[in-house]
Amino acid sequence: MKYIDEHRDGRLAKEIARQIAALADPARSYHFMEFCGGHTHAISRYGLEDLLPQNVQMIHGPGCPVCVLPIGRIDAAIALAMRPEITLCTYGDLMRVPGSNESSLLKARAAGADIRMVYSTLDALRIAEAEPDREVVFFAIGFETTAPPTALALRVAIAKELRNFSIFCNHVLTPAAIQNILESPDVRKLGTVKIDGFIGPAHVSIVIGTEPYEFFAEEFQQPVVVAGFEPLDVIQAILMLVRQVNDGRHEVENQYIRAVTRFGNEKAQAQVANFFELRESFEWRGLGEVPYGALRLRPQYAEHDSEKRFSMVTTAAKDNPACECGAILRGVKKPANCSLFGTVCTPDTPMGSCMVSPEGACAAHWTYGRLREHAKAFE
Amino acid sequence: MPPIGPTAACASMPKPLNEGPSNDVMIKANRRKLDLKNGRVDLSHGAGGRAMGQLIEDIFHKAFDNEWLRAGNDQSAFMVPGGRMVMTTDGYVVSPLFFPGGNIGSLAVYGTINDIAMAGAVPLYLSASFIIEEGFPLTDLDRIAETMGDASRETGVPIITGDTKVVERGKADGVFISTAGVGMVPAGLDLRSDAARPGDVVIVSGSIGDHGVAVMSKRENLEFDTGIVSDSAALHGLVAGMVEAAGAAIRLMRDPTRGGLAATLNEIANASKVGFRIDEEAIPIKPEVAAACEFLGLDPLNVANEGKLVAVVAPEAADAMLAVMRAHPLGREAALVGHVVADDDCFVQMATSFGGGRIVDWLSGEQLPRIC
Repeated sequence: MKYIDEHRDGRLAKEIARQIAALADPARSYHFMEFCGGHTHAISRYGLEDLLPQNVQMIHGPGCPVCVLPIGRIDAAIALAMRPEITLCTYGDLMRVPGSNESSLLKARAAGADIRMVYSTLDALRIAEAEPDREVVFFAIGFETTAPPTALALRVAIAKELRNFSIFCNHVLTPAAIQNILESPDVRKLGTVKIDGFIGPAHVSIVIGTEPYEFFAEEFQQPVVVAGFEPLDVIQAILMLVRQVNDGRHEVENQYIRAVTRFGNEKAQAQVANFFELRESFEWRGLGEVPYGALRLRPQYAEHDSEKRFSMVTTAAKDNPACECGAILRGVKKPANCSLFGTVCTPDTPMGSCMVSPEGACAAHWTYGRLREHAKAFE
Repeated sequence: MPPIGPTAACASMPKPLNEGPSNDVMIKANRRKLDLKNGRVDLSHGAGGRAMGQLIEDIFHKAFDNEWLRAGNDQSAFMVPGGRMVMTTDGYVVSPLFFPGGNIGSLAVYGTINDIAMAGAVPLYLSASFIIEEGFPLTDLDRIAETMGDASRETGVPIITGDTKVVERGKADGVFISTAGVGMVPAGLDLRSDAARPGDVVIVSGSIGDHGVAVMSKRENLEFDTGIVSDSAALHGLVAGMVEAAGAAIRLMRDPTRGGLAATLNEIANASKVGFRIDEEAIPIKPEVAAACEFLGLDPLNVANEGKLVAVVAPEAADAMLAVMRAHPLGREAALVGHVVADDDCFVQMATSFGGGRIVDWLSGEQLPRIC
């Protein structure tokens, strides 16, 4: 595949790995958090950790849209979908996320709810147009990357006067979450999580640029390297982070120059600003309430806001007490530290959200890497 | 291949790492039971993964229990006067009904023949039953039947009995086909899913993922332009050549349909209680298929095939087997992709072309419903 294989070249990877091994100071360790699930997935799928020296370790961050959605929002979506007039449109991943009492959208669908898997917001619009008698709800999730397409769908719905189309908005924002992690007691006081730098988001940064990270690179003295989702991007970003740590620098560097600029895609940002405003607070699974960490529709679009249109109520719901998704999303624990991991919780029967999306730390570790805990020797 | 060794525990970890679950042993021991009282069938029960395995085991195997079902093959063999006969049955619900490289009819004929051929058997007769939705265009039905007739004549396997049912509009989706087939196993041949042993080699007969990508490219809401056509084809000719040349060296064969190469290797690993080491660079994948999988977010190893086989073969016969396969039109791109290793935990591992190692797992969930 042209323009793809170049970024997966094993020989180049070995050369970069050699440089990392040469530069990494054996007297210390390096702990880098990759914020995005896309990076987590690449690290696991390509076996990237096998190329790193023992003292360079990756911590999986919360950047997986499915994983950070709190149970209460899933419950609310299921309750809405069970109403006879509702057609709920959702991405496939969300279907299996467990809600309260072993519920899920997949099971709600088997019980008769009209839930349809779509590949884009435009599919949901098409359904709303073709079936004017149905109340079509798009279950919108994701970071700054997916907010512009949701804004676009809203614009089209308004232009076409699709009054039966509304959005259940769960869009969340990256910089607020990173700041929340850095301000958490685990990082600041308890020292249970040691973070020496961040691999910054790829697709999110295409939209928002690198500038939004400059504040906390300075404020928290944390190096940030924005990197693409290909494995060579990730390993090169690790090399850049090792160099920053060795030099005592804490800068925002851009590895992903083929797509990311300092100020990002300003047209997309303007679209989002037109239709959305910040929520004062929004619950993230694992992180708890994050101030100004999510978006909602502006009041003038209330007609298209499912929460207002259907007077939806989100009640706080507790995770399974043994589920460590919260600690895993904060980087405090690793998937194998969870007693549910691989016992009752597998991608087929997920108990926590990290086991659902292929970008989730648990699902990625289960699918590609769970052998690493085995003491078995390999030839 | 590079070792996937245990990595040092992170210094900040409060607890030691747990032992790490083995592949399927632990899953079976710990999995939650089917909720027979309040549970309902959902799409994951048809996705070819572990949820489906559990449904089959806890409902059908429990009710039908016998030695043939327990063997867990795509077909069953039994003694008749004159030798060992195999019998198989299969249902086809593919959507859309017509796709590049075939339609539900050709898929039904070839798929049933392949299930028989994977036992090394010579397919003899087929049956076909049709569940048709009210309002289905006769021209489409005729086209499907004509395709099946052509496929049957071309392969020399006649469809000798059938059944027709019509259900009300909305109670089916166009047409569903279910088939059965029988065949005879050549004397002396006995392929079993538990026969793979350490040292054996793994051969695939050609490029993987073609069928799944061809069907996906015509899915509503997902249409994209690609030159990829389904690989749907009957493999009994290729198999006959392999059996004739080196039948004694073949441990077992499978056609990697739903769930793809990944599911097939995991099934074999679990049945034979062995592990696999495969090499990503050795697996034949067409660039167009790789590209389509890239933007669909799929792993080609999980994508369905309808005209490919996986053979586990004694190592000393590897070169001869590859030569025989490559001489057949359906095996021209046959490749040795890995080997069997001793592993009580039955893991399928792969050396990535990037230079690391990883597990190749079953697909969870229902990424590609109704692919066959």
